[in-house]
Amino acid sequence: MSAPLSVKIWRGGASGELVAYEVPRRDSQTVLDVVTYVQRSIDPTLSYRFSCRVGMCGSCAMSVNGVARWTCRTHVSKVVIGDTLELAPLSNLPIIKDLTTDMSAFFDKWAAAKGQFKGDSNRRDDFSDIKPSSPERKKVDAAIECIGCGVCYASCDTVTWRPDYLGPAALNRAWTLANDVRDTAQNERLRAVAGDAGCHACHTHTTCSERCPKGIEPTAGISGLKRMAARAAIRGELD
Amino acid sequence: MRASTQAKLWYAQRISAMVLALCVLVHLVTILYAMRGGLSATEILARTRGNSAFALFYVVFVLSVVVHAPIGLARIAEEWLNWRGRSLHVTLAAVAILLGATGLRAVWGVYAG
Amino acid sequence: MPVSPSSMRRNDWRARGNVGYIAFIVHRVSGVALALFLPLHFWALGTSLQGAAALEGFLRWTDMPMFKLAEWGLVVLLTAHAGGGVRLLIIEFGRWQGPRKRWIGAAIVASAMVGILLGAIMTA
Repeated sequence: MSAPLSVKIWRGGASGELVAYEVPRRDSQTVLDVVTYVQRSIDPTLSYRFSCRVGMCGSCAMSVNGVARWTCRTHVSKVVIGDTLELAPLSNLPIIKDLTTDMSAFFDKWAAAKGQFKGDSNRRDDFSDIKPSSPERKKVDAAIECIGCGVCYASCDTVTWRPDYLGPAALNRAWTLANDVRDTAQNERLRAVAGDAGCHACHTHTTCSERCPKGIEPTAGISGLKRMAARAAIRGELD
Repeated sequence: MRASTQAKLWYAQRISAMVLALCVLVHLVTILYAMRGGLSATEILARTRGNSAFALFYVVFVLSVVVHAPIGLARIAEEWLNWRGRSLHVTLAAVAILLGATGLRAVWGVYAG
Repeated sequence: MPVSPSSMRRNDWRARGNVGYIAFIVHRVSGVALALFLPLHFWALGTSLQGAAALEGFLRWTDMPMFKLAEWGLVVLLTAHAGGGVRLLIIEFGRWQGPRKRWIGAAIVASAMVGILLGAIMTA
């Protein structure tokens, strides 16, 4: 029977403190198991988010020892430092309470990057025929898997340094639509993502690509948007 | 700043970076040659005076720096000094002029004397 | 929706160990250092406007060990900045997938080695 874990968890809102809890160690324990234990057996006032608990929804994202992760897919044995863990809400997002953040800004930026599909066909038209082997489709094969968990956004230093930077997730989404040959809002979207707060602010730290739990590389998509924006600007299509 | 301006600035910086990568390589090799050969000032100047190819190369070099450096400095100012807008642009234009003027003066110095 | 920056947590050193971030810092710091050095460099050459004697006088000054150390530092800065720059150009314009991290590592190590080697040769 190994020593219990000493887990420090952020309690409070923007102002608050790390509070220590003692949690029994178990085999194959995940960080989500730890948080759930604290809330159910020690302090029911702890606020946190989770849903599927099997690595599909992204709701459980938070900072584990300073690094953004999905707690349901993080084994304690992989991240524990001695017997200690530190849990805090995701960075770069306003804290609501304890381990929950307000993700409105994250999704507002998704919309600001024109992350919505716009087409011009209707139910009377034939289906669009997009071959999986087409170059545009292959470019975004990984990128379309994004579930909007916020880990990349929380990990990005450029988001910290430029509060209006759209961020890796929104730009990744814009990239998937920029390669969707059915989409008719291409110029509008490029205009939205090119600029001080858009793709040009990315400095390729590649932290987003390192941290994405789904192995998506927003860096690649953002680089693609930079090239597309430059081409469009030179052709006078940008504004 | 308009989106197209931002996109063009990014492009200009990357193109100037590619030019500079080549120029720097040539420059380092040249300096290495001059220093290993223990060339004196008179010998150096003998080779650069009236040498149009040399002058043209270094003019391109200086102009690439004038494009490349201020754009990079702008990003640092915006992100780490929280300095944006007109005053920054004016200051960086001044930096660009300073670099260009001193650089071209130096090229002229070794070309024409 | 404007948010006050103090209502958010910021990342600390624990989130920043990745190679890409280090490459960025090296690239940025070396860039600023070079931007500061260049006007001095241009001024020194401009002195040659006064003829060979003035340039000779300056060049003799460059034989001093302090100057040689500074020169060596500059070559290292230059190759570090260029190395980081090449990495950026590869990521932004190249066709890369997955093993990008190796490019980064290779670019940094190569530029550091070349910088130190070149610097040693030039200032010896």
